[in-house]
Amino acid sequence: MPAQKHIRNFAIIAHIDHGKSTLADRLIEACGGLSKREMKAQVLDSMDIERERGITIKAQTVRLDYQAKDGESYALNLIDTPGHVDFSYEVNRSLAACEGSLLVVDASQGVEAQTLANVYQALENNHEIITVLNKIDLPAAEPQRVRRQIEDVIGLDAADAIEVSAKTGQGIDRILEALVERLPAPAGKTEAPLRALLVDSWYDAYLGIVILVRVVDGYLKKGMKISMMAAGTQHLVEQVGVFRPKPQTVGQLGPGEVGFFTAAIKEVAQTRVGDTVTEAKRPTAEALPGFKPAQAVVFCGLFPVDADDYNHLRESLQRLRLNDASFTYQAETSAALGVGFRCGFLGMLHLEIIRERLQREFDLDLITTAPSVIYQIEMTNGQTIELHNPADMPEAVKIVQISEPWIDATILVPDEYLGAILKLCQDRRGRQQQLTYAGRRAMLVYHLPLNEVVYDFYDRLKSVSSGYASFDYTHHGYEPGDLVKLKILVNGEPVDALSMLVHRQHAASRGRVLCKRLKDLIPRMLFKIPIQAAIGGKIIARETIAALRKDVTAKCYGGDVTRKRKLLEKQKAGKKRMRTFGKVEIPNDAFVAALKMGED
Amino acid sequence: MSRPVSRPVNNVGSHRKVKPSPIAVYVHWPFCESKCPYCDFNIHVREAVDADAFTAAYLKELDHFAELVSGATCTSIFFGGGTPSLMPASAVAAIIERILKRWPAADLPEITLEANPTSVEASRFRDYRQAGVNRLSVGVQSLRDESLKMLGRGHDAAEARRAMHLALEIFARVNFDLIYARPGQTTTEWQGELEEVLGYGAGHLSLYQLTIERGTAFYAAQKRGELVVPDEDTALALYDLTQNVTTRAGLPAYEISNHARAGEECRHNLNYWNGGAYIGIGPGAHGRFGGFGAAPWLASSLPRSPERWLKAVDKADWGVGDLIRLSSRQRALEILMMGLRLASGIDKARFAAAAGVPVEEILSAAATARAAESQLLENHQDRIVVTPKGRRVLDRLLVEIVA
Ligand SMILES: Nc1nc2c(ncn2[C@@H]2O[C@H](COP(=O)(O)OP(=O)(O)OP(=O)(O)O)[C@@H](O)[C@H]2O)c(=O)[nH]1
Ligand SMILES: C[S@@+](CC[C@H](N)C(=O)[O-])C[C@H]1O[C@@H](n2cnc3c(N)ncnc32)[C@H](O)[C@@H]1O
Ligand code: SF4
Ligand SMILES: [Mg+2]
Repeated sequence: MPAQKHIRNFAIIAHIDHGKSTLADRLIEACGGLSKREMKAQVLDSMDIERERGITIKAQTVRLDYQAKDGESYALNLIDTPGHVDFSYEVNRSLAACEGSLLVVDASQGVEAQTLANVYQALENNHEIITVLNKIDLPAAEPQRVRRQIEDVIGLDAADAIEVSAKTGQGIDRILEALVERLPAPAGKTEAPLRALLVDSWYDAYLGIVILVRVVDGYLKKGMKISMMAAGTQHLVEQVGVFRPKPQTVGQLGPGEVGFFTAAIKEVAQTRVGDTVTEAKRPTAEALPGFKPAQAVVFCGLFPVDADDYNHLRESLQRLRLNDASFTYQAETSAALGVGFRCGFLGMLHLEIIRERLQREFDLDLITTAPSVIYQIEMTNGQTIELHNPADMPEAVKIVQISEPWIDATILVPDEYLGAILKLCQDRRGRQQQLTYAGRRAMLVYHLPLNEVVYDFYDRLKSVSSGYASFDYTHHGYEPGDLVKLKILVNGEPVDALSMLVHRQHAASRGRVLCKRLKDLIPRMLFKIPIQAAIGGKIIARETIAALRKDVTAKCYGGDVTRKRKLLEKQKAGKKRMRTFGKVEIPNDAFVAALKMGED
Repeated sequence: MSRPVSRPVNNVGSHRKVKPSPIAVYVHWPFCESKCPYCDFNIHVREAVDADAFTAAYLKELDHFAELVSGATCTSIFFGGGTPSLMPASAVAAIIERILKRWPAADLPEITLEANPTSVEASRFRDYRQAGVNRLSVGVQSLRDESLKMLGRGHDAAEARRAMHLALEIFARVNFDLIYARPGQTTTEWQGELEEVLGYGAGHLSLYQLTIERGTAFYAAQKRGELVVPDEDTALALYDLTQNVTTRAGLPAYEISNHARAGEECRHNLNYWNGGAYIGIGPGAHGRFGGFGAAPWLASSLPRSPERWLKAVDKADWGVGDLIRLSSRQRALEILMMGLRLASGIDKARFAAAAGVPVEEILSAAATARAAESQLLENHQDRIVVTPKGRRVLDRLLVEIVA
């Protein structure tokens, strides 16, 4: 067990794709954490989805043994964090477990929105920050310009920023030395009762429920009876260990160390991230401040394509939540889609990832309904209710006022795209707060309603800026808005799964776009199908899908029978998998695809 | 799924006195002089074909199937392709003779052969008639030179006309195949061409809307945007015009694409649409037989490659393809989708006899009622008929009404 003066805990933070995970690879390699055979690119991104998408979703911890130039040997504890804004809560709790951060900035890209957001979080956690200019091997790297930018935009001294290439390994040794020299060692009390921060917990097929902790004071030992202060539960510690990056058991974790323990705990949901772990028989007097749990901000319905899969979906959600408590779910009934679940997510990427994992790991076919935010509705009876699902909206006469969540968005974008970005924000009801320049890059702060951002704002932002704009946001609070429920009727019948709340001024254009989209998505039938958008009883947009006029095979003889029959069977099976609304079949992906306001 | 055939499926003749079941025989000749860009049939272009070897193989395979399906009586024979008019007449004669020996017919069966208009000679047609062919189907495709060129045909309009005259002169029963709804075709143009064809006085016409099949040269050209077929409205107008013109001329459609004077319908093809049994021999040929007593219906299909097929027959007496048992639902589906192509529709009693289940069993009652309400079909006591309006959208209608 290392003494505290030989421990350094740090998080690697950066904008998405600036090379955090690749840098972690080099650090692991340099310290001999894995053999050559075990090494692969972004080795810490272990989930299939992470590897496929090339992004980090879950923060990962690794203990490195480093022989420093001063002749001493150090235990470096690295936490690789995700860059995407949806997972900023992962960054937040990782920071709470460390004394310092490695701020990685892509030297060919410069400071981006999440660079800023993450630096501010690190500073709030009183972190010592070591700045690293990565991708120095790229011809497009401009370290001098980026240094200036770091000073101008962030206000950090970039004089001793380290130039490295996580690809070639150049500069890695200098990072390791800087960690030892520049980061403070932890300063926990060895004699005090155990006080440890519950950083994360997840389900592991071999270990069961694993709890990641940062020990602040005292010791965590195998066989110890611990108590979780906020949860009020007690458990017997079964194993104590560290990740290097493979789990390795140790006798105990002392002050300043980051590691894991297991105990007979059944569900991840029973453990509260941010809770304080202490010894049951000698508890600490003062709990750690902890941090706010991640809050779901985007909600959508998930329904099984095959209604018989409802139980399977419920069990799958339970199982997935065992391993990842970052989403919420609650049974929901839709007139159109039957029984399913209303699920809450941290953002659209998070939604996509959870949905994909359900489909993939649990072999489910799902219908996803329009994502929505939480509205607050003030009722005439004096109550205020939270609306998670537009389908549940009370009658207009019972509503005094509807409030919606707003965010503060920070957008960094090269000059030449500023016009397009301003227009986009304006179209989404944004209110400009700030516009400053750092060289040829504009930094915009906008006040925006979350419901305008939730669905495709990020995609649009990327597309109007050719990928150069970056975006981050923080929640701002609720504001009353002139919001109405937009209903969609297919063949005269309302489809609740397609209804949404929109601002009154946008209702007509949104309705038109939606009707047009659906017209392209719904296959033609033997009769014509009217598609209408309505507010209350008033139709505000309409399209008609013409009846199918000709669809018949010209040649069908003895040799064609098998093929034709198989086609018929396939079409029939496909039809069974579509939901019928007022005699019309709506393909499952139409529910989400219809809402991509995209290129209109 | 391929397994050797050991047990005959229709060996009832010697035990019980039953009316011998009728069977149709299809013979596939897989060779053509060149491949037409729209065609997705199992056809192959070869420098030379060993006609004797193939003939011997057809005879062998016939014997094999005759053992499997014995006690039946042949009601029709069809030489299709490919281009069967490339077969030596002697081969055609030997095959007909063998079929009639294995499945003796009380009345002379209908025997059709498909002929391409490319360099036909009167003597050749006469030889086929001599061999027993009593119905000729000529692949005219068009009477317009530009269209024939566009369709990649090896003949021009003059050659087509000569073949038509000759066919009518030599055979009592003649069919002409035409392809319409061609790129850029107008209703006026098609009417002129169709009326000219009708003027020849053949008793039967197969009029096909050009279909762009996957894997053909036309499919690729369409993908590249180099081939544009008429849009839905034009195709529909051409189809409707075809119905009107042929009806007026006394050859109304008795099936989606087939028109005949009363009594001139193709018996062989009617057997397919009515769910009858048939044997298919030759590369890529399909068959449907069985259903005698409790025996299941089988679907046979043979290897598509002529060389592979030939080799297999040499070794195993048949092409060693697939013999698959059809479930009762599969069988019923096939009879339904084939039967509803006919203007006369499905005779419910005949359906029940052929499929082993009443037709109502595979129909959604609600969807069928809805379709009837929309005048897409008529559900009578004894038969189900798709209306002319319904026939235009038959493929989709089937998806709707099947339970
Ligand atoms: N040329 C070059 N490419 C690099 C370097 N470091 C990382 N990359 C590449 O940059 C891309 C992103 O690297 P990651 O390590 O996945 O970035 P990340 O910051 O962990 O990304 P997220 O976890 O999704 O936020 C990958 O294609 C890497 O191969 C470098 O020093 N030079
Ligand atoms: C099996 S072909 C054989 C006829 C003969 N080999 C010939 O081409 O003259 C039967 C008929 O199917 C029709 N046909 C083939 N491919 C077609 C397609 N893609 N679309 C419409 N009709 C087609 C043609 O009219 C052709 O005459
Ligand atoms: S259309 Fe006839 S000639 Fe042309 S390739 Fe097909 S079978 Fe052969
Ligand atoms: Mg990463």
